[in-house]
Amino acid sequence: MTTLMVDAQSIHKSFGINEVLKGITLEVEPGEVVCLLGPSGSGKSTFLRCINHLEKINAGRLYVDGELVGYRQQGDRLHELHDKEIARKRTEIGMVFQNFNLFPHMTALENITEAPTRVKGEPKHDVNARARDLLAKVGLSEKVGAYPRQLSGGQQQRVAIARALAMRPKLMLFDEPTSALDPELVGDVLAVMRDLARSGMTMVVVTHEIGFAREVADKVVFMDGGVVVEQGLPSEVISNPRHERTKAFLAQVL
Amino acid sequence: MTAEVPASERPADIRAVPARHPGRWVATAVVLVLLAMQVHLLFTNKNFGWSVVRRYLFNPIVRRGIVTTMELTILAMVIGVFLGIVLAVMRLSKNPVTSWVSWVYIWFFRGTPVLVQIIFWFNINLLIKSFSLGVPFGPTFVSWKVNSLITPFVAAVLALGLNEAAYMAEIVRAGLLSVDEGQTEAAYALGMTRLGTLIRIVLPQAMRVIIPPTGNETISMLKTSSLAYTISVLELLRATQSIAARNLETIPLLLVASIWYIVMTSVLTGGQFYVERYFARGASRTMPSTPLQMIRSNLRTLGGRRRR
Repeated sequence: MTTLMVDAQSIHKSFGINEVLKGITLEVEPGEVVCLLGPSGSGKSTFLRCINHLEKINAGRLYVDGELVGYRQQGDRLHELHDKEIARKRTEIGMVFQNFNLFPHMTALENITEAPTRVKGEPKHDVNARARDLLAKVGLSEKVGAYPRQLSGGQQQRVAIARALAMRPKLMLFDEPTSALDPELVGDVLAVMRDLARSGMTMVVVTHEIGFAREVADKVVFMDGGVVVEQGLPSEVISNPRHERTKAFLAQVL
Repeated sequence: MTAEVPASERPADIRAVPARHPGRWVATAVVLVLLAMQVHLLFTNKNFGWSVVRRYLFNPIVRRGIVTTMELTILAMVIGVFLGIVLAVMRLSKNPVTSWVSWVYIWFFRGTPVLVQIIFWFNINLLIKSFSLGVPFGPTFVSWKVNSLITPFVAAVLALGLNEAAYMAEIVRAGLLSVDEGQTEAAYALGMTRLGTLIRIVLPQAMRVIIPPTGNETISMLKTSSLAYTISVLELLRATQSIAARNLETIPLLLVASIWYIVMTSVLTGGQFYVERYFARGASRTMPSTPLQMIRSNLRTLGGRRRR
């Protein structure tokens, strides 16, 4: 049996008295593409952010590639990991944000090379070559020296994907990557993600793009009110939903 | 198919008689008359002593004063900026003790006049006789007499620098808070540490907010450094006043000091423009043009117009 890439066991998360995750159990196999669907406020993004420990979970156990996220277990005691160890683990998980969050004071190339050179200490020459390859792969070879504000939203998001990939992650998290884009720019970003999925990357994608989920996902998870309502193959969850809430949601977005 | 509008249908350009603004003419006249009176006074009142001003403008003592003023300003600002960054980070830290210490520091140094602080540091030997390095509450390794360590110049640098740090801390804090939280998250998600994120991602972006008020602070510091006059540091004001004390040409020597202060602040204002321009990279689609580029492009448009 291979190790699960993501193994979430009954994850609970509260912000103050507001409990946004009420026991999420979810498994992601290596190489699998999992799409999280659901209305806003259902906890999809929060769950995604728990996977790389941008949010601390309150209860449950979360493993990435067999290792506990944010903690070390000794006997039946959990010890908080040091900031440096958390940072090291995050280098293996790429994340793409809704608002791109490119570094505006750096060019496209510098955005991509920053972490591999500064965090991993890889030689600048290798990283530069890799970054140019990645920019070519996302169709932006000619934008090497452009600053983020000189790029369209779709271009920025593709640079952001290249930036995450430059760290050679084993898992990629996408937090509504196309939600902030003009409709005609969504296609380019989805195409890049489709290629990435075909290359065998393990991906967890929070999205409202039902078409993308149906075509690319190996598994679709529908969340509402902090719980997983149903999960399964896209053909089951999207085409033949069993639960009323899933049906109602899909009727609204399709 | 779109219907084409014949050129003849375009209405003629409006050529109206401009409205009259007599108020503007009156105001212009009043201001010009007042200005003329000032200039007249400047050149006819002998007490300004322009010949004395000319004689002392490049006097060696004055030149030494200028250098001392610049040294005071630069050293105090260096202390202010670096300590200010440290205080701002402490203030934003999750550790309640460091955050509180920073708050108290800012509260104290902003709450007392800088002149009082200067005199205080000047008299520090009344409070502490010697500084020593060693284990706290334990043995000491080296020690210095305060009197030899804290010269009036050092007292002034310390007072001005430590006071400035309190103001810079608030400026830096505002800058750090102005950077979108998504930037920190993106950096963390890439595996960057807190310190790395601060230095590589947050501070460079905060600089855009930090630089303009820091420029103001530097210009203000240049002038505030004249307070060191009171503890007999031979800076620009004291230099000119020491000459005036001998030849009794008070006004001309105050003019000498003023001229040099305004020259120095003008140079700083120019420098500020270039520093701001550097940190604006990536912030807008096009870089603001430098004064030289502006002159060149203005000349080009003028030339173009003449040719047309």
